[in-house]
Amino acid sequence: MEVKSEKKVGENPEKTEEKNNMTGQNTLIKFDHISRIYQMGAETIRALDDISLTIHVNDYISIMGPSGSGKSTLMNIIGCLDTPTSGVYQFEDEIVCDMNSEKIIKMNDNQLASIRNKKIGFVFQTFNLLPRATAFQNVELPLIYAGIPRHERREKVLKALKDVSLADRSTHTPSELSGGQRQRVAIARALVNSPSIILADEPTGNLDSETSREIMVFLDELHRLNNTVIIVTHEPDIAAHAHRMIHILDGKIDRDEINHQKIKNPVNV
Amino acid sequence: MFDILKMSISALLAHKMRTVLTTLGITIGVFTVGAITAIIEGLNSSFESQISMMGSDVFYISKGSWFGGYESWINARKRKPVDVDLADYISENAINVSATSPMVNRHRTLKYKDKSIESVEVTGVNHLMPMIEGTEIDAGRFFSESECRHRKNVVVIGENIRKEFFPDTNPVGEKIYISGHRFMVIGLFEKKGKMLFNDMDNRVQVPYLTFSKLFQRRNRGANIAVKSTSTAMLDDSKEEVRNLVRHYRHLKPSDEDDFAINQMNTLVDMYNRMTALLWAVAIGIGSISLVVGGIGVMNIMLVSVTERTREIGIRKSVGATRQKILFQFLFESMAVCSIGVISGLLLATGAAYIIHTFTPLAAKVPANWGILGAGVVVLVGLIFGMWPANRAARLDPIDALRFG
Repeated sequence: MEVKSEKKVGENPEKTEEKNNMTGQNTLIKFDHISRIYQMGAETIRALDDISLTIHVNDYISIMGPSGSGKSTLMNIIGCLDTPTSGVYQFEDEIVCDMNSEKIIKMNDNQLASIRNKKIGFVFQTFNLLPRATAFQNVELPLIYAGIPRHERREKVLKALKDVSLADRSTHTPSELSGGQRQRVAIARALVNSPSIILADEPTGNLDSETSREIMVFLDELHRLNNTVIIVTHEPDIAAHAHRMIHILDGKIDRDEINHQKIKNPVNV
Repeated sequence: MFDILKMSISALLAHKMRTVLTTLGITIGVFTVGAITAIIEGLNSSFESQISMMGSDVFYISKGSWFGGYESWINARKRKPVDVDLADYISENAINVSATSPMVNRHRTLKYKDKSIESVEVTGVNHLMPMIEGTEIDAGRFFSESECRHRKNVVVIGENIRKEFFPDTNPVGEKIYISGHRFMVIGLFEKKGKMLFNDMDNRVQVPYLTFSKLFQRRNRGANIAVKSTSTAMLDDSKEEVRNLVRHYRHLKPSDEDDFAINQMNTLVDMYNRMTALLWAVAIGIGSISLVVGGIGVMNIMLVSVTERTREIGIRKSVGATRQKILFQFLFESMAVCSIGVISGLLLATGAAYIIHTFTPLAAKVPANWGILGAGVVVLVGLIFGMWPANRAARLDPIDALRFG
């Protein structure tokens, strides 16, 4: 599966050249019988239980479920912060880990860090900005770890801040910004390296409804601009922004459905 | 790499007071080593020039050893005093000796008109003494053999005496009084400065026969200064002189020497022992406080890692590798150390300056301090920063993000 797609905020959606799969879409992420088991003393917790899942380029997915259902674990594994105990995880054309074959394949720490750096943009409930760093420095962080030279960094950071309408706030620290502005800085940071996927974990959990709407407008726009977006949430009206809604229960996929209010032509179920 | 360094420094600036307190141990360690090195350097530079000034081909026959300590001093007290005539005996009989002079001294009061100086060391020597010790005469001349033989009241004075008595006039030809006896000043020694604890410019020398006649009725003993024919022949002439003195003092072959041959080298040995002790103290205090300081750095780095667990999680989530986190915290601990080292060096430089200005000791800032400082930064920062930094690098990103 060869997938190359340039996705940047502000660019027009472009038709990607692709070798179509059966559903006519590019596979971005493939979960094959993924399980994640925690050993807590004598107790064994199956946070994820044999999940198989395919995520395509330009999907807009919400993951829902009660707390403890395993949605955070799913998010962490997609985001390469955690690795499964069994199953095969393929990201684009790379095997992140294959615990099923005889010879276990598992990316090392540096490879995982590199995927997180270049392919994944995180947006967290608590924003997770560095408190002493300015908006500019926060957005710059992934570029520093990517080893991009200073002048290029500056250009990219300013563009990302402009895309989230915060060009005039680049020298402010998080404490000088409102909740919504902080989350937009976090979105700018997630976008600055042009990742393959945006992972938003309860992105509106700490925001009032007005600001939540504002952030969701941004995420909708990101999707419209050809980005792949996954939102973890427990709020149905936030989840309703997505085109595909996955419900997790007890570590298994309970339901995986098309949001018919958004999509009239289901193609991937 | 440079960007990571910048991150480390900004983290330190966020906790200025804490950083400064943490570095105190290292500051003290570096200061101690630095200050003591400065003193040793200062001593070395003045000592070496003075020792070379003394001449390495001169030795002195005395009743006891100069540097033997209490026991040998007690032994020496019972011995026969050294006779001034021994000087002539040696120069007449020794082959490897170019000159000898007796040295007798007492502390006497000097007077000139209404001025007086108490307790000046007046030394009686013969006319060869300037040649033996290599002293130059600035004005006038030294006394002659005949002046010595005829017990003339002539005196050659040092620079300090001149300053006191003749600040604006030429001392040569003037009359001064030593313990009430009138002497004519015939010469002025060149300025020599301090030699360890002796001020060479306080010297007052008179013919030794005049000295015996006026100040020393009872024979209290002398030292004999002996100049060897050359530095190379020093050991030979010492041995030769030793045998001559034994013969002169009628010692049987089974008897031990009842006199001592002293040399400035003995002084050098003593000096080396003293500086070695200073070094040991410096290294001892220095390394203890560096270890204590290092543990302080380690402690504060562990606190810092715990405090910033979430920050580490954020960094990892945006793609920081373990190495980059490791380096960030190593840089930070090295930066803490370098603050300590720099302030320690500054304090030591200040101390050296104060010592130099307000005490007779010359303290000199050694040129290799930069290297010393850099070495301390790297060593202490790395050793004591490694564990905390490694702990930070190994944090699990999920746990770290959930922290706090």
